[in-house]
Amino acid sequence: MSDATHGSNGQSGASQTVCLVLVEADGDAVCEATRQALTVARELAGTVEAVVLAADEELARRLAPALAAEGVARVHAVTDPLLAEYGPEAFGAALAQLIRSVEPTGVVAPGTARGNEIMAHAAAVTELSLATGCVAIAVDGDAWSVTRQRWGGVLWEDATLAASVKLATLAPHAVAVQPTPGLEHATVSTFACDLDPTLARTQVAQRTPLGAGVTLSTAPVVVSGGRGVGSAEGFAVLEELAERLGGAVGCSRVATNNGWRPHADQVGQTGTRIAPNLYIACGISGATQHWVGCKDAQRILAINTDPEASLVQRADYAVIGDVQTVLRAVVDELDRARQPADAGAGG
Amino acid sequence: MSTLPDRADVVVIGAGIVGNSVVAHLADKGWRSIVQVDQGPLPDPGGSTGHASNFIFPVDHSKEITQLTVDSQRQYEAMGVQTTCGGIELARTPQRMEELRRRMASATAWGVDAELLSRREVTKHLPFINDEVILGGFYTPSASVVDSLHAGTLLRQHALDAGALTVSPYTAVTGIDTDAGHITGVHTDRGTLATEAVVVACGVWSPVVARMAGGRIPLVPVVHQLIDVGPIPEFEATGTGVAYPMIRDMDTLMYERQDGADMEIGSYAHRPIVHNPEDIPSIEEAALSPTQLPFTEQDFEPQMADALELMPEVLNAPGAGVRHAINGLLSYTADGSPLLGETPEVAGLWSAAAVWIKEGPAVGRMLAQWMTDGATEVDSHSTDIARLYPHQRTRAFVRARAEEGFNKIYGIVHPGEQWESGRDIRRSPFHERTAAAGAVYYEAGGWERPHWYESNRELVAEYGVANRAHEWDRRWWSPIITAEHLALRHNAGMIDLTAFAQFEVAGPGALDYLQGMVVAQLDRPVGRIVYTPVLDPNGGFRSDLTIVRLDADRFRIITGGSDGARDKKWFSDHLPVDGSATLTDVSSAVCTVGVWGPRARDVVAKLAAEDISHEAFPFGAARWVTLGSVDALLVRISYVGDLGWEIHAPFESGGRLWDDLAEAGRPQGLVPVGAGVYGATGRMEKGYRLMGHELEAEYDPVEAGLALPRVKQQDFIGKDAYLAAREGEPAATLCTLTVESHRSEHGIDRFPLGHEPILDRNGRPIVDAKGRRSFVTSAGSGPSLGKHLLMSYLPPEHAVEGNRLQVEYMGEHYPVKVARVGRTPLFDPEDTRMKS
Amino acid sequence: MCVKRAPAPGAKIPLTADGSAIDTRNLGFTMSPHEECAVEEAVRLVEAHGGSATVMTLGPPEAAEQMRDGIATGADHGVLVETDRTDWDPQATAAALGEAIAQLQQEGARFDLVLFGNESADAAHEQVSVRVAHRLGLPIVNGIKGLETSDGHVALRRDTAAGSERYEVPLPAAVAVKKGLNLPRYPALKGRMRARKATVRTIAALHHPGGLTSHGLRYPPDETTETEILGRGADAAPRVVELLGEEGLT
Repeated sequence: MSDATHGSNGQSGASQTVCLVLVEADGDAVCEATRQALTVARELAGTVEAVVLAADEELARRLAPALAAEGVARVHAVTDPLLAEYGPEAFGAALAQLIRSVEPTGVVAPGTARGNEIMAHAAAVTELSLATGCVAIAVDGDAWSVTRQRWGGVLWEDATLAASVKLATLAPHAVAVQPTPGLEHATVSTFACDLDPTLARTQVAQRTPLGAGVTLSTAPVVVSGGRGVGSAEGFAVLEELAERLGGAVGCSRVATNNGWRPHADQVGQTGTRIAPNLYIACGISGATQHWVGCKDAQRILAINTDPEASLVQRADYAVIGDVQTVLRAVVDELDRARQPADAGAGG
Repeated sequence: MSTLPDRADVVVIGAGIVGNSVVAHLADKGWRSIVQVDQGPLPDPGGSTGHASNFIFPVDHSKEITQLTVDSQRQYEAMGVQTTCGGIELARTPQRMEELRRRMASATAWGVDAELLSRREVTKHLPFINDEVILGGFYTPSASVVDSLHAGTLLRQHALDAGALTVSPYTAVTGIDTDAGHITGVHTDRGTLATEAVVVACGVWSPVVARMAGGRIPLVPVVHQLIDVGPIPEFEATGTGVAYPMIRDMDTLMYERQDGADMEIGSYAHRPIVHNPEDIPSIEEAALSPTQLPFTEQDFEPQMADALELMPEVLNAPGAGVRHAINGLLSYTADGSPLLGETPEVAGLWSAAAVWIKEGPAVGRMLAQWMTDGATEVDSHSTDIARLYPHQRTRAFVRARAEEGFNKIYGIVHPGEQWESGRDIRRSPFHERTAAAGAVYYEAGGWERPHWYESNRELVAEYGVANRAHEWDRRWWSPIITAEHLALRHNAGMIDLTAFAQFEVAGPGALDYLQGMVVAQLDRPVGRIVYTPVLDPNGGFRSDLTIVRLDADRFRIITGGSDGARDKKWFSDHLPVDGSATLTDVSSAVCTVGVWGPRARDVVAKLAAEDISHEAFPFGAARWVTLGSVDALLVRISYVGDLGWEIHAPFESGGRLWDDLAEAGRPQGLVPVGAGVYGATGRMEKGYRLMGHELEAEYDPVEAGLALPRVKQQDFIGKDAYLAAREGEPAATLCTLTVESHRSEHGIDRFPLGHEPILDRNGRPIVDAKGRRSFVTSAGSGPSLGKHLLMSYLPPEHAVEGNRLQVEYMGEHYPVKVARVGRTPLFDPEDTRMKS
Repeated sequence: MCVKRAPAPGAKIPLTADGSAIDTRNLGFTMSPHEECAVEEAVRLVEAHGGSATVMTLGPPEAAEQMRDGIATGADHGVLVETDRTDWDPQATAAALGEAIAQLQQEGARFDLVLFGNESADAAHEQVSVRVAHRLGLPIVNGIKGLETSDGHVALRRDTAAGSERYEVPLPAAVAVKKGLNLPRYPALKGRMRARKATVRTIAALHHPGGLTSHGLRYPPDETTETEILGRGADAAPRVVELLGEEGLT
């Protein structure tokens, strides 16, 4: 059944405090965010133990060697048939049951969408306090002092997290994984929990791979044009690039006012406000009213003849040059780069 | 990134429409080492230009502002960034309809095509208007929308192409160096430049930047609320930025204009929201831009209802919503006019601030002329930053006036309207006495100056003076003025003239220096007074004033209160560098009371220790006379054309002097008389010209009838132009006209107040050879003539005594007659009263 | 819908001198973008199926402005759970919201859906929604970008790196939604006027602080992001394509 029996570590003394880390798997490997959480947890308690939530202990066993290498002596395989498929309520309840059983000093989880969600449910069930988006955690007596992100990381907040069991998630990419001597072996302890079957109500019912068809507001890439595009016809090359990248075409107010593009394409204060992964601004100088519409993009590439243009200055990347020339070359280069792969797939 | 040179001929701070225009025009004027910096990015560094609504209605009641606007439109058009869509100012009330008629008159006077529209004609242009709430409109076909950001780029590019300009965005000015009151350098976070000239074109930040050099640019940032509603299918279908004429809903103090698929709605109706220039957020800290602050919806609440009432269909279009709403910051000044020119505090520190989009390009041109030639084509007396006295440059004053003035932006402002705030700052020593006599005070150069006295009300009946029938004509006017006039002409009047600005010029070089400044010959005996024009280098009027020779090398300059601050800068700027003449402002040391009228000598002689008979003290002389226990400088001159003196006394003795004069004059019927007589009725009967009205940069002394019989040998500023003007025939001559019938279509008598167009017998505008239209420069009663008088420049074919013309007033034409061509007075043409 | 009043800052968020809070003198306030989508979704559901939408917030009296924003875009009612002007921790916030909703239910209100934004723009605790749902005994799923109701159920879509997950949750339920769920409408002028006149119900909030105590805000250590110039003209193409590769787009 299990390699070891479960029990509270309360008797073990302060030096033997346990910190749990919620594991998110990436196939048979431990995901980077989990390794970051392990790095932080090692500074918070004498012992770091991992938590793997699944229908059975199979996944925990598979991950055990990787976790041992991260200094984890014990892996809690938290099992229940309901955990066969993800469901926030069931996963949260399962973690809550383990927390009540182990009574660790704290639990650290990767700050992924799922990590945050499971921890929120566990916190709600146990009525424990939870600090999300942490960039640093340190022991402060019985409490943890945490530094957490606000405003998407533009500000940091210093706070004290005081609770019998401290719950925290890390902000993505906030902590560098530190090497550790590692252990030969991690014990897998199975914790079969007892979940209320009604929690199946929030289980994933169906999965679908990403489909085609993008809109301006949801496109992962937006190729947008302004005065520098020059004409309605000038947008053709923007269309070509957008099509190749699975993105949408946008425009600035000038382009709309000149009748080059329909208003529905306008990005900006009075148009659509977008947050794609990549925003390619072509010949757009970047008046504030436009900037407001695109500033939430994760990365911005500006193409403009004027290196002093506002959007060039604010972009992550820039190409100085005429829109038509640059985009034509990019489309050609992209086609060249893709050719061998396409040929391979075809053959 | 651009690198800054280590020196420049001029550093222009700011890359909004004004700064960009300044660099382009400086380049045109031959400047080749211009550096332009802005703290923000290009093309929109985050100032007011970036959120401006960018529309232009060319007609303003001010001639100078209209001229600047029309010039700007010409420049925008040449740059290809202008869409002429027309604009309509709507009236919801009869009062506004009347104001639109007055606007129509201004349009005609300044030469802008416009027409009044009936309610039905309005809806032809604007089919989406709810015509039930309007009475009519004022349509200006040339009203336009411009792309001011793109214009800025083109203007900069123009200077760059000339090889004249280095532009440096993201460059914040951190300090400005001066040496002995002159600009020497500019510090930025990207390096330091040596320079002798700085142009502050930083809009709402200008006060902060000017202060780095020790100068003051007195403006305050005020909020103008602005929302965008859309998309409106009807607008989207036009497929263009602006297809419908723009709307000014004047009575709700709002404007509405199409902006692509949206309707942009702006308001000047909300409470004045005044900021401090220091508190404007940085570019990084601002959610939109530093001058686009969060919208405070509660302030806009009534405007939403007003807008919906006016155009319910488009604003309620399915799917149309408020897509953008800001509290936009714009620059506002104490009198609503721009602040242009060199600051009085620091030589080489130029201001180009408080300018709207509609004036930007023209202001650049004007400033470049000013910096290069020392003079401007468009008269600058109402825009010159040096027009402001020290108290008018304080933050407290500007704030108070801005708060009061904000709602006047679209208001109906009577030409005589007085401010309520920022008053009681300069008081003459006579103030207690004049207040006790029920003085109604008007402001002159910041002084409280009696305009008439309620204590004289009984004179109205005594002289049988009629009131004016129409409320507008008698607003800011009183029949008491006429009564005071007649009392002065009959007995004598005493007038508080302490608002005069007075400078004492002394030193071995005083005569030579002053000779170079003015048209008239000053090398006259001690004790003589000289009235003279002061010209700018182009030969236009800078000023007109009186100079008294107090001693061989000591002169007193006496000039009007309204223009004193400008005159002081003009005279100070030209003082000899060798220090051989000094100028001391004695305005605050001297009080002045004028005593005039047939019995003036009887009054003054009672107090005078010396002989002041005509033989002992002739016209045109100045003498020190002891009046009771006060030594005073008596100047025998008169702006009202009667016997008497300007009496200049030590400020602290003013009270005693006033009391003694009043006491001595009681048996002679001496009454206090206000500036309503001094500045209008008295002087107009005598054909005397007034600076800023008849006299301005666009007209020369020959046209004004002020050319002197002989030209002195000595050089003076403007002499070449003056000589040239004397050679040719004047394109226009200043005339005095009489209104021949006042009766309106409604059967009541109306009285033009000034700035109305003069039309020929066929109702057509009159244009002179220089393209200038004839309009009323001053209007006022001539009580001793029994006529309402108008002054106007007329081209030769119309400047014929007895010629019949018309004046347009409030939409109607009234017959007028040319009563006098040139300066000979209508009243007492031989000046016998004054000179006896 | 539960929303939160938060300042709308620029690139740099100004702090008060003592670092205890954001200096909001020159800032406006909004609800978070996720929450705007929550309000929009509720309004659309009411437009399609009838019923009513109530927007609720916990905050100071000024937060009534955000209630009005919600009403302006189509919500029927606004409820302000009023606090002092301090920033409440997520447990206290959830407790007060839960109590307020329970109170409305006791008064006869019936909610089929309780919508939240996935996280607030400022604090981003990402747990208030879950805690409220647990208090009310409602199922909840976070991160939702698609929502469809049918006969006692709500079908929810959540995007993941691999694709999307679909949930079929019985009503009544709680949902935390993300931006992209819909395109929130702009408030019509008439809506704005209606909102200004609307009465916002105020419920006093009881403060039950949790274990997370804030000590203040500060700026993270400097990480200046300089624009990387990839090149000039057509020569930059290979480097651009390389970048597209890094973004997983080639």
